[in-house]
Amino acid sequence: MIISSIGQGMLWSMLGLGIFMTYRILGFPDMTTEGSFPLGGAVCVAAITMGVNPFLATLLGVLTGMCAGLVTGLLYTKGKIPVVLAGILVMSALNSVMLFVMKSPNLSLLNLPKIQDVFLPLNLPENYDTVFIGLLAVTIVIGLMSLFFNTEFGQAYIATGDNESMAKSLGIHTERMTNVGLMLSNGLIALSGALISQHDGYADVSKGVGTIVIGLSSIIIGEVLFGELSFFQRMLATVVGSIIYQLLILLVIRLGFDTTYLKFFSAVVLSLCMLIPQFKRALHLTTGFEKYFKKDDTVMSSGKANA
Amino acid sequence: MKDETLRKSNETDAALTASESEMQDISDLKDIRLAVEHCSVRVDNGMDDTKEILTDANLAVKPGDFITVLGGNGAGKSTLFNVIAGGIRPTTGRVLMNGEDVTSTSQETRAKYIARVFQDPKMGTAPRMTVAENLLLATRRGQPRRFKMREMAANHERFYELCKGIGNGLEEHLDTPAGNLSGGQRQALSLIMATITKPDLLLLDEHTAALDPKTSKQLMAITASTINEQHLTCLMITHRLDDALKYGNRLIVLQKGQIVRDLNAEEKKKLTMSDLLEFFEDGF
Ligand SMILES: Nc1ncnc2c1ncn2[C@@H]1O[C@H](COP(=O)(O)OP(=O)(O)O)[C@@H](O)[C@H]1O
Ligand SMILES: [Mg+2]
Repeated sequence: MIISSIGQGMLWSMLGLGIFMTYRILGFPDMTTEGSFPLGGAVCVAAITMGVNPFLATLLGVLTGMCAGLVTGLLYTKGKIPVVLAGILVMSALNSVMLFVMKSPNLSLLNLPKIQDVFLPLNLPENYDTVFIGLLAVTIVIGLMSLFFNTEFGQAYIATGDNESMAKSLGIHTERMTNVGLMLSNGLIALSGALISQHDGYADVSKGVGTIVIGLSSIIIGEVLFGELSFFQRMLATVVGSIIYQLLILLVIRLGFDTTYLKFFSAVVLSLCMLIPQFKRALHLTTGFEKYFKKDDTVMSSGKANA
Repeated sequence: MKDETLRKSNETDAALTASESEMQDISDLKDIRLAVEHCSVRVDNGMDDTKEILTDANLAVKPGDFITVLGGNGAGKSTLFNVIAGGIRPTTGRVLMNGEDVTSTSQETRAKYIARVFQDPKMGTAPRMTVAENLLLATRRGQPRRFKMREMAANHERFYELCKGIGNGLEEHLDTPAGNLSGGQRQALSLIMATITKPDLLLLDEHTAALDPKTSKQLMAITASTINEQHLTCLMITHRLDDALKYGNRLIVLQKGQIVRDLNAEEKKKLTMSDLLEFFEDGF
């Protein structure tokens, strides 16, 4: 069971890495996520049922995810629609797109080939195929992302998120960067969706619900655990965060919680993680409270004197 | 007969001078680095009301000019810079760079010619990127960003030397995120970034104003020597009257969105502090 969670954590980490590209670098939450994740799965599964090779089907899923990201990007950069709303619009529209692609709210891969079947000849013990697919995907994706961030283009992309007006003044086309970022991000998210669908053996329109919480959790768990990191390490930390998140879910299930309330649990975990900086600040203030109080005092007394 | 030839030659002479002066005019136009022609900026301030924040600005800047720009708060100095750099499109009028009309081009396109340093140290650098990464970004000002590995190692030495020339310890922080630098170091970095690829026009918008007096003085000295060494063409907004007197070969004064004074090198030399203070008597 633990092995299975680790493997799934790696598959889900593509989602975290995708959200990292927007939330952590460009600095906004991209709601397209909740649509592009199930879309990747839907397109991939539909393609496989039509006889497409699972690798190619996965790639198709990624491409449709990128298209979704591009639409959000264009609505935002050219249409000047606030980015969160643009994402919600696309997410909502993708529901219908998935129904169109699958012709039903869900679609099974029973007795059909899946991407993890490449490991069948190796006769691996149960769940190890997921771990291997996960390792492979993580290695390739993190490798490509590291390369990307070290190109002139990737540096310009980081600069766009870091200081947009400076980027513009250096001649960086920040709108183009935002569009490319949303495409790459949603491509990764759709990849995660496609891999998870093949692992689960079916695609479902409703699979996107709460995915943004899962992705953000893996990023933030990684940050909380490891603190200050280099760029490359932050990506690895996201993968670790994603695995830990899956293990936490496993723990919750083992403890006998009703899985119906899993999303509630997820939201609470993410909220707590995001509150940690506030707690830290509050604690810090308490240690320096005396000084603070004295300062306040003088202000008050001088105020009185004035009155 | 003799008379006639004389007259004829006189005529040709006159014709020649005319065409010569015309030629001069055309080459003059090409010789002008930046031309701002009848630029006005009107903005809506909410309730059906428009306000003119720049009024019929005219300015011709020659290569090598170092112009100091004076004016009170809200006089429209930054607005003028925004019009030049492409951040604001003028409501009327046009902007020419090297004789080419750039009025409708974006700020990103104009980055090829124009570099800026702002008052706020946070504006000019990417805080989470290191000093060296910031510099590397600036080396490709106005050029396409390719899917090609950045050349960090090849540039490190050069960056070290450039930063060392500033003399505030910046060279020891090449791998420090720019956000962790002091204000003075950050502005020095912004200045190096603006001048690392020789820009056709350098715009300095009160770039020393946020610093303490000593740091501000240092940065101004570095600025002046950079401009001299690289023969840069520069417009510098400053609120320090002594700097305005000391630096530059030309001085313009803005008031309520209008360029009310444009003094050349001669006039500027004769200028005293009390003259400058007089400029500010009325209007603020
Ligand atoms: N985008 C804008 N919309 C409305 N008013 C503006 C805008 N930008 C500047 N202003 C106004 O125009 C005037 C000139 O501003 P600015 O050029 O920044 O002055 P300064 O000379 O201090 O740099 C100010 O009164 C300012 O409030
Ligand atoms: Mg200003």
